[in-house]
Amino acid sequence: MCAKKIHPEERAAEFLYKDNIHEPLHDMHLWASRMKRDEQAANIPEWEEFRDLASEIKRHTLTNLDHYLEQFEKNATAKGAIVHWARDAEEHNKTVYEILKSHQVTDVIKSKSMLQEECNMAPYLEERGIVLTESDLGERIQQLDHEAPSHIVVPAVHKTKEDIAALFAKAIGTDPNNSDPHYLSESMRQHARPIFMKAQAGMTGANFAVAETGSFVVCTNEGNADIGAAVPPLHIASIGIEKLVPTLDDLSIFIRMLSRSALGSKITQYTSHFTGPRSGGELHIILTDNGRSKRLGMPDFWESLKCIKCGACMNTCPVYRRGSGMAYNYTYSGPIGIILDPSVDEERFSELPYHSSLCGSCSQVCPVKIDIAEQIRKWRRVMAAHNRLPLTRRLAFKVGGYVLANPKLFRMGEAGAYEGLKLMPDFMIYNKLLNAWGRHREMPPFAKETFRDWYLKNKKQ
Amino acid sequence: MNSEAREQILNSIRNNKPENVPYSPLRDFSSSGVEGNILELFKKHLKEAFANWHEVNTMDEAISLIHQLHPDAKVICSATPEITGNRPIHAADDPHSLEDVDVGVIRAKFGVAENGAVWLTQEDLIVNALGFLSQHLIILLDPDKIVGNMHSAYKKVELEKHNYGCFMMGPSATADINAVHIDGAQGARSLNVFFIKQMTIV
Repeated sequence: MCAKKIHPEERAAEFLYKDNIHEPLHDMHLWASRMKRDEQAANIPEWEEFRDLASEIKRHTLTNLDHYLEQFEKNATAKGAIVHWARDAEEHNKTVYEILKSHQVTDVIKSKSMLQEECNMAPYLEERGIVLTESDLGERIQQLDHEAPSHIVVPAVHKTKEDIAALFAKAIGTDPNNSDPHYLSESMRQHARPIFMKAQAGMTGANFAVAETGSFVVCTNEGNADIGAAVPPLHIASIGIEKLVPTLDDLSIFIRMLSRSALGSKITQYTSHFTGPRSGGELHIILTDNGRSKRLGMPDFWESLKCIKCGACMNTCPVYRRGSGMAYNYTYSGPIGIILDPSVDEERFSELPYHSSLCGSCSQVCPVKIDIAEQIRKWRRVMAAHNRLPLTRRLAFKVGGYVLANPKLFRMGEAGAYEGLKLMPDFMIYNKLLNAWGRHREMPPFAKETFRDWYLKNKKQ
Repeated sequence: MNSEAREQILNSIRNNKPENVPYSPLRDFSSSGVEGNILELFKKHLKEAFANWHEVNTMDEAISLIHQLHPDAKVICSATPEITGNRPIHAADDPHSLEDVDVGVIRAKFGVAENGAVWLTQEDLIVNALGFLSQHLIILLDPDKIVGNMHSAYKKVELEKHNYGCFMMGPSATADINAVHIDGAQGARSLNVFFIKQMTIV
């Protein structure tokens, strides 16, 4: 990937200033998920112990990943699955295409897979004449709108029901004036059924892969992954190598935490375990690296591989909730995106670590205890060390560093700023072009005197 | 299989992986989240998951309840010999043949009190698609076969015997449009659990 640098603040501003409906609704829905998550977590007295355990299980698995992958491969193969390995996105997509081609598949029904998104699989297959249909409602909405998912759990959360009514009216012929979610959802069900029946292959991702049994687990609320796996004769599952857990005992911890962290439900409506092909079917598993083994060697960032893609960090993030997932312009958005994406393309995503207030709420809700906020800070250090900061910020930090290191200079500067800001016209502080961050925010009023002046005056008392 | 890719990935992991973090088996969590009578807990959580339950004493009662719940059902397909529908099902059937099933009847292996889910395997479904193409589901469950939580549940799943197994917690659901909860997104529109012991077929 070598497209140009992403400026999340500009993309966030686009969402924020679209109207006065989208952003407040987006914020409200995500915060509601966060509140439900808190309620579920509070109902399990062992919750904090689980977070520690989940982290330790993942750390153990990742530091022995070669062993667990071999164990998984051996057990899955013994049960009749065909296991493939893919080093990168290109190899993953090629493997999928070759399987489809050798089975004369023209129509594929797929459920949500972040890995397949990450690999840009859909355009690759479409260019080669395969018709791909997303079966998750949110993903389908995004597919019809030719837009990437904005959230890993609720892909179309940034759209209103009116947006979706307008989209469905154009794409599947529903009534443009009817934005009742029940009507829209039912219309999509009716529209999707014949596609399910016609597809010659079903594709899924996986939430977990269990080494001791050779099983993989897919969690959905709609049951769409299960229809895709159960109806067509061919099932292809794309699995990132970091999805492994050693045993079913370990799995029980993650299954209890995943949906509670994501949407605040106890588990997803369907938690499905595939251990070999269904009777009369064929099962292919593609174990995919695509940069993960390299990330394992980054001392500051390898623990990001513990992520179970619950989306809790997005739901809680004040920056994400205001600016939406569209701001990040990549498969993984929100706080977890900030720490994953730069390891995919450092230059392209060099501005992401600044799309954060470093409030640390993400680290507090993460079910596997990834130190997300700390890693965001470390990525900032990487960007500065690698000279990736824009000129204005580079100069500002240079001046800042120099001034802070010289007390006299600091005092002079402080007095200057104190007087200067009083005189500075608003157009300079809140200029759209100079500072997208300032557009919706008032500067706090300046204190009546500096701390130093106050201290010198009062220390004698 | 691309053995070159396999070796390269495994070698890259071996070269890059941090120092081993030791592994200790989990302590016993079988009572976590389980308080009071587990049947009552199961019933409560089943309702929270937008499903419903009924106490049923005989199979005749079960059959009349199915008709009462789904008066318009034309095709009833039962994967358990305890209930006879009007559409037979065999393991070798093409899943597509289940497209028009209105009501699917399945006997679950057990239920989970913590969340109201039932455990269904390929052997219980006979054809997996029955669990997902049916417009409505009736799940037969022995009220004595309920475990407390997911830790206990995973000790009973016997994945080595079942190529497919699913914890199903109520009907198919979505909240992808305006965060409004909707039953019947893609799979079953409703799920009713009938509490009834398994009859031995002589």
